[in-house]
Amino acid sequence: MTSVLLSAFLLALREIRRNLMRSFLTVLGIVIGVAAVVTMVTLGNGATQAVSDQISSLGSNLLTVRPGQRLGPGRDSAGAPAFKKADVDALRSQVSGLDEVVPVAGASVTVVAGNNNWSTSVSGTTNSYLKAGNWKIASGRKFLDDEERAGKAVCILGATVRRELFGTRNPLGDEIRVKSFACQVVGLLAAKGQGAMGMDQDDTVLMPLATVQRRLIGNQDVSSLMVSLRDGADTQAAMQQIRSLLRERRKLAENEADNFNVMDTKQIAETLSGTIRTMTGLLGAVAAVSLLVGGIGIMNIMLVSVTERTREIGIRLAIGALEHEVLLQFLIEAVVLSACGGLIGIILALFACIGLSALLNMPFIFNASINLLAFLFSAIIGVLFGYMPARRAAQLDPIQALRYE
Amino acid sequence: MNPAATEPLIRLSGITKTYGQGDVAYQALRGIDLDVEAGDFVAIMGPSGSGKSTAMNILGCLDIPSSGEYLFRGIHVERLDRNQRALLRRYSLGFVFQGYNLLARTSALENVELPLLYRGETEAARHDAARAAMARVGLTGWETHTPAELSGGQQQRVAIARAIVTKPDVLLADEPTGNLDSKRGHEIMELLVELNRDQGITILMVTHEADMAEYARRIVHFADGLVSSDEIRNGVKA
Ligand SMILES: Nc1ncnc2c1ncn2[C@@H]1O[C@H](COP(=O)(O)OP(=O)(O)OP(=O)(O)O)[C@@H](O)[C@H]1O
Ligand SMILES: [Mg+2]
Repeated sequence: MTSVLLSAFLLALREIRRNLMRSFLTVLGIVIGVAAVVTMVTLGNGATQAVSDQISSLGSNLLTVRPGQRLGPGRDSAGAPAFKKADVDALRSQVSGLDEVVPVAGASVTVVAGNNNWSTSVSGTTNSYLKAGNWKIASGRKFLDDEERAGKAVCILGATVRRELFGTRNPLGDEIRVKSFACQVVGLLAAKGQGAMGMDQDDTVLMPLATVQRRLIGNQDVSSLMVSLRDGADTQAAMQQIRSLLRERRKLAENEADNFNVMDTKQIAETLSGTIRTMTGLLGAVAAVSLLVGGIGIMNIMLVSVTERTREIGIRLAIGALEHEVLLQFLIEAVVLSACGGLIGIILALFACIGLSALLNMPFIFNASINLLAFLFSAIIGVLFGYMPARRAAQLDPIQALRYE
Repeated sequence: MNPAATEPLIRLSGITKTYGQGDVAYQALRGIDLDVEAGDFVAIMGPSGSGKSTAMNILGCLDIPSSGEYLFRGIHVERLDRNQRALLRRYSLGFVFQGYNLLARTSALENVELPLLYRGETEAARHDAARAAMARVGLTGWETHTPAELSGGQQQRVAIARAIVTKPDVLLADEPTGNLDSKRGHEIMELLVELNRDQGITILMVTHEADMAEYARRIVHFADGLVSSDEIRNGVKA
């Protein structure tokens, strides 16, 4: 039995060599299909993973409250009044389940150090910003109480700003110029990387709230609030309470729409990762089509060579080959070609995925099941279309097979 | 009584073959009766379309008759299944096709080896036998050529080598000299006579040429799907 298998195997290998072009095209069809599917799906998984990593870097249960109706295109914040420090205190004392209420007064400015300048956004806030936003101090320190109270000219730099202004030099203790005043660097933030919407989270400068209000924007406005919830707190209930309190404080009538919005950051990120998952599915579908096209290519090649193969089978049968011997040879040939194509495709996809993940700054996640699936699919196509015509031919009488045209 | 002692090696009785069905049906063989003794050398002649190749295909177990009986060594071939017929071809028959039927893009030597491959012979044995068979048909030096690189006559000789490489009990040759010049033709006929005489191979051969038929011990004429004459000749020309 083993010798029958072995001789059929050798025969199949010889056939593959004899029909190099046909073999090559068959393998190519499978390679392309498998490589496409595996690459697309793996990259999609990486993207989803990247987003969920970012979600967890956002910190737990963080709400953002901004003036204006909603986020997104056509957002209308022009007429909406900003918040005041009193709003922060009211939220703190009247809404249950809140951990921190962090006021943020933002401004876009150009910061200068020596010959370098950099446009960035400055956030005037409190130390609780760090905790709520899941930021770590890489070196240096937080703001001191009296710095916060008095609005002293001190700042903490995000990794990007620090790199742009100081390169690799340690800037602790140095001064940067922000508009008309000099500001001492007291701390550096640990890098966080790209945010969920592709913006650079590290492109930021933190200052005490009072400093920004007094020296940069010249008023007592708080442009947004970050609200972190206690563990186990009901997000929906907290959002509802915040909303009704703010409506009341902003004296909105029953029939007026909110002139602020409360967003669950996590929800946005989750929506985003849902979108990416959809995209992954879409890419997977496109890739599946290419697998199908590869399969049809194989089918074509096999059908084109059916006449020749049928005659060949006729010859083999005529000189005394048994039906199952001929079939075994053709089956092995199809399996060898498909398996080679599948393996090459998987290896190619592996290299492509590793390269592209590095390029796109995404984690590389090996997905065994998609590899297996693509491999099996290609193998089935290859075997089906390599084997079925042979099976039909081998069931003919030798003389019919020889006459086939 | 031993039936093998009384029955001929091959017995066709009332063999018919109808191609197609209904209106387009065509009866190529209309009742062939033919006995061939072991060791005989039979030439089959007849006009084109008289059913010679059809009969050869049935004799070679490549095709099945529409009706009638075909006994090979007393075995009813028409009752055998596909695999049994394949084994009969493998171990007892050698066939030279009118259209050669060699494997494309495969060297002459590999073509000749093929029947031995299915007999499970070792590579060395296959090589030696195939080279010897090619030498007998005068093709030494052409082993590595593929059919596309050989002339019609050379391909025909490869086909003959493939049929005789297994030293079959019966050699069925459908116009084995059809594409050969008369010198080559006579050489092949002499080879067949030798195989018949020295190895006792029973030979049935279709030919159009009277001087090739003269090598046979017996000449059967076909006409319109029937045997029209059956002439036993005395001496074999040699
Ligand atoms: N597969 C087939 N289908 C239909 N008709 C066929 C088929 N094979 C042969 N025939 C017909 O059967 C008849 C006998 O054919 P066959 O090939 O046996 O003739 P032949 O005597 O060998 O002729 P030639 O000397 O030209 O080789 C012919 O009329 C042919 O047209
Ligand atoms: Mg003929």
